Amino acid sequence: MIEVKNVYKSFKDVHAVRGISFSVRQGEFVALLGPNGAGKTTLVEMMEGLRKPDSGDIFIQGKSWKKSEKELRQIIGLSLQETRFPEKLKVREVLRLFASFFKLGTERVDEVIALVGLENKRQSLTKNLSGGQRQRLALATALLNRPQILFLDEPTTGLDPHSRFDLWNILQELKSKGDTTLLLTTHYMEEAQSLCDHIIIIDEGVIIKGGSLNELLDDQSHNLDELFIRLTGKTLTDNSNQVLK
Amino acid sequence: MKSLKNNQLYRLILCRFAETVREPEVLFWGIIFPVLISIGLGLAFTQNNESKFNILCVGTQGTELDSLLTIYGEKSEKKGKETFIWKVEDATLGNTTYHFIHSDWDNAIISLKRGESDIIVTDSLSKIGYHFDPNNAQAQLAYMKLSALVQSPTRIHSAQPQISPLTLKGVRYIDFFIPGLIAFGLMSSLLWGISYTIIECRSQRLLRRLIASPMRKSNYLIAIMFVRIVMNVAEALILLFFAWLLFDVYIQGSIGAFALLFVAGNVAFTGVAVLLSCRTSKTESGTGLINLVQMPMMLLSGIFFSYHNFPEWSIGAIKLLPLTALADGFRAIFNEGAGWLQVATPTAALFVLGAVCFVAGMRWFKWQ
Repeated sequence: MIEVKNVYKSFKDVHAVRGISFSVRQGEFVALLGPNGAGKTTLVEMMEGLRKPDSGDIFIQGKSWKKSEKELRQIIGLSLQETRFPEKLKVREVLRLFASFFKLGTERVDEVIALVGLENKRQSLTKNLSGGQRQRLALATALLNRPQILFLDEPTTGLDPHSRFDLWNILQELKSKGDTTLLLTTHYMEEAQSLCDHIIIIDEGVIIKGGSLNELLDDQSHNLDELFIRLTGKTLTDNSNQVLK
Repeated sequence: MKSLKNNQLYRLILCRFAETVREPEVLFWGIIFPVLISIGLGLAFTQNNESKFNILCVGTQGTELDSLLTIYGEKSEKKGKETFIWKVEDATLGNTTYHFIHSDWDNAIISLKRGESDIIVTDSLSKIGYHFDPNNAQAQLAYMKLSALVQSPTRIHSAQPQISPLTLKGVRYIDFFIPGLIAFGLMSSLLWGISYTIIECRSQRLLRRLIASPMRKSNYLIAIMFVRIVMNVAEALILLFFAWLLFDVYIQGSIGAFALLFVAGNVAFTGVAVLLSCRTSKTESGTGLINLVQMPMMLLSGIFFSYHNFPEWSIGAIKLLPLTALADGFRAIFNEGAGWLQVATPTAALFVLGAVCFVAGMRWFKWQ
């Protein structure tokens, strides 16, 4: 479904991604786990076609962004890190706008509003939404076109535990239907652990280890945090405990 | 109908409209403020103005001026100081009131520095001396009026047959001001409405989110420009309506030529706005850039007062500014009855400027 082959990307003197390769199978839920600044966002933005790799290839369903951008935009769904929707638009208006890009009508809009549990907020201005509700709106825009591949860049960063749990439930439900392939970036090990079949641990632009939870843990590392400390000498969740309102 | 409702351009326009009208500031600055400022300035310049001068008299007791004041002046008290008020009526130029205040030299200078008074008058051997800053127009006027009055205190009371007042439409200040205000309103609403919107959208990463969907980039820009231009038409019509209602200002020349020049102005400043916002992703630097373009034109292009007061060498350059071309073109149509031909050059130049800036802006446009 997704194929990443030896991808490099640098910004001025920062080597953000340094030769990453992996593949994702259809219907699989994959987490890119790593601390802030590990290169997760750069990598996922290249997979979303928003940045060009300096070298290496990325194929989605065997197609490249360069040749098939129009087609690929139709089949993926995404939520970026920290998108702020126009403050003076209502939830339903934002979704109707994004639905129009896929030529979808009100029916699908109401469906995704129900799916992410924003029924009571459909007429609220986005500026009046809480952090968790904003993330659910971002997820709703990503789900409108029933994407075959869903990219979520730190979907629960800064959320309180309750909002985080709500979002996980929505994603679990999506997983149970089995139609969607998910690639999410996170620095919360619980998120990777509870949602994803496959976990890829990234630090300083390279993959340190990848596999299912069982494959990753052993006698020396009882959880992902321990594993990460053993591999890199630092913790996963540095600077990541701010809570958005 | 259903396909229109799900059309992305239609939705983008609708959202942009909703965002615009939900901003109370937009309605205030775009519609209420121009009407208020035109009423304010219109009234200030159409009322028969009464001028007032404050004159400080130093050591003039018992002199010729003193005796004139006893005859024509009215004694009163102002801030505990003895004051003579001399009113001179003039049906043509407006009434003038002179306030004569006795003072010593040091206090007189302080009062002048504070702007409380216009000139200082002294008397040396029955010769009146006038002390003021010759570069201060108000002080100069006070001197000219007062010296003429002192020489022949009764003459000014009589009618002045050599002055024939012009009250024709098109020569009043309000006639000068309204077309300029329309041009200025058009420019500032496009620069802020388009540039700032794009820069803000980029800084909030919304632009990135939009292009990550199958939205056509051109539709996004068309929606922003379309909504702003429609708002401009509404704002100009409201201003025109009030100007006509309150001051009887109307378009004396070709309405078609006015409409075309209006479109050309919109094209020109839309182009400039797109160019200004093509790369910046910080709202602070965006604000600076917009001001950098807007402020010089606001001051130089003769919106509030004629640019012919600027030094001769600068006028050629000022005339090349797009806002000058637009305001002068509007004025020619409003006040001189100009038609298509007379405004063909500024109209064409503005279209070209808009197109060039737009193409350059798109060439360098940063969507992410």
